[in-house]
Amino acid sequence: MQRETPASQRIYRARRRLNRINMAMSALGMAFGLFWLAWILLTLLRYGFGALSWQLLSQPTPPPGSDGGLFNAIVGSVLMAGTATLIGTPVGVLAGTYLAEYGRRGWLAPATRFINDILLSAPSIVLGLFIYTVYVARVGHFSGFAGALALSLIVIPVVVRTTDDMLKLIPDSLREAAIALGAPKWKMITRVSYRAARTGIATGVLLAVARISGETAPLLFTALNNQFLSRDMNAPMANLPVVIFQFAMSPYDDWHKIAWGGAILITLSVLGINILARLLFRQKNA
Amino acid sequence: MRVSFRSPNNKSVMNPSPHSQATSGSQRRAARVGLSRLGDVLFENVTRLFATLVLATLLAILASLVVTSLPSLKAFGLGFLWSDDWDPVRDQFGALVPIYGTLVSSGIAMLIALPISFGIAIFLTEMSPTWLKRPLGTAIELLAAIPSIIYGMWGLFVFTPAFSQHVQPLLIAVFGPLPVIGRLFQGPPMGIGMLTAGIILAIMVIPFISSVMRDVFELVPAVLKESAYGLGATTWEVVWKVVLPYTRTGVVGGIMLGLGRALGETMAVTFVIGNAQRLSTSLLAPGNSIASSLANEFAEAVGDLYTSSLIELGLILFLITTIVLAIAKLLLLRMGRLEGAKA
Repeated sequence: MQRETPASQRIYRARRRLNRINMAMSALGMAFGLFWLAWILLTLLRYGFGALSWQLLSQPTPPPGSDGGLFNAIVGSVLMAGTATLIGTPVGVLAGTYLAEYGRRGWLAPATRFINDILLSAPSIVLGLFIYTVYVARVGHFSGFAGALALSLIVIPVVVRTTDDMLKLIPDSLREAAIALGAPKWKMITRVSYRAARTGIATGVLLAVARISGETAPLLFTALNNQFLSRDMNAPMANLPVVIFQFAMSPYDDWHKIAWGGAILITLSVLGINILARLLFRQKNA
Repeated sequence: MRVSFRSPNNKSVMNPSPHSQATSGSQRRAARVGLSRLGDVLFENVTRLFATLVLATLLAILASLVVTSLPSLKAFGLGFLWSDDWDPVRDQFGALVPIYGTLVSSGIAMLIALPISFGIAIFLTEMSPTWLKRPLGTAIELLAAIPSIIYGMWGLFVFTPAFSQHVQPLLIAVFGPLPVIGRLFQGPPMGIGMLTAGIILAIMVIPFISSVMRDVFELVPAVLKESAYGLGATTWEVVWKVVLPYTRTGVVGGIMLGLGRALGETMAVTFVIGNAQRLSTSLLAPGNSIASSLANEFAEAVGDLYTSSLIELGLILFLITTIVLAIAKLLLLRMGRLEGAKA
């Protein structure tokens, strides 16, 4: 082997050093990301578990200084998230079906895909503003239904995207087999494509539910809030995120405690649904 | 896939024995064929309708925001953009303070999130042992799953006190006396403010940027990387001179995606930015962002002009984020096409 000159050795050492420094930095970046996750989760456990109690789940929100819980907010959140999912899922699945099954030619599908990806990341507060201007301002009052509509605008892009992606993953040979047997296309889609993509689409719906469970901004001026238990979708409705916002920003200690309880409830359910969706998806892909 | 559905001569294929006794059967079959063709037309048009609906949503949002902000557009014109006057009592409104706050807090977020996300992506694609890749990747993605109101609460009750006690005095002592940079670090260490909002935004967008970066890094053909390694390149040289040039468009797309998220983030910022309608050069001073102005003031706004000014703020935010996200999407599409062409 050629003998190395001191100069080339110096360059070699410098390159090695640069490499080590930069790799150490990227490991530090990873640690930095995990550090915040751990800090936030530990905070939630520390403040949240103390606040969890049967009372939190069974009593309605209190005025400052007296005992209470989050029952009305939980009911409201479940009702609105449920309605939003019921509205958003069929719309999203059908639109996604068009993109993947019919939109292989023409401009409509690529354009819709593009716009859908923008809606996917659009600021949720603007979606709330939109529902306010087209619905709340017309009807003249805040309502749980308006909140559900705003949330469904978040559900739709998520479901469109996953439906589209999942249907595109299905091999065309399956479709061709169905067509060759003489099945009309709608039957091919509903009996073959949907069945093959079922888990994937369900994963998308779950992820959408997880996403809207914690959304606050679109509810601020659509559902507003309600101090009492209400199942009337046509009236202002309490919901966990807005109650947490209001209670956390208040100066009262007992309200803060309830806010922490709500925070851990929301986080546990959101992370739980997320992990469930991942497991479901992984099981299918295994 | 190019399958033509039910060309006219299909019927004879499906009806192979044209005996006389099959007449009623073939009629029934013809009826069924007609029915399923109807089903096809119906199904295709219903799905097309919903796809168009999604497409129209963006335009509908835009149109409704423009229409409802007309009073403010008429009253203040373009001057709305650079007036820092925000006085509900005198009905004078200008968007400069919230626009400035939105841009500055997102700018800080990107300055922090960019190198960190790059590091995370390098770690996950080049350094991490295989068995750690998935759990670590999932952990970072979970950061994106945590609702923003939780970031806000944690920021207000836990991060802000720690930051104002331990970090901000240090920043003021070190950078405060410097000539130009010093102006960014003036004032008391209150905890809340632009810098705090920027840091929390950074944590929130890291998962988005790093997961796009990781995905595009994994698109680099192994042959390219291996030939660089074969020539004796270090890992860093492979990343910097092979992976990054190859994935440039995708990386920029990921950054724009993160920026779009940061600009529109509402709740976390509302908790910690301080909500002060005041322009200040110091990053430690409280400010306001478009989204947090809306969150704080909209439900209580009285008067047409006040409401429509807030809606105009929302319109500005929507326009900015839509443009940023469209650029991100175009870049990522181009990255995808590049990959398609190479494959």
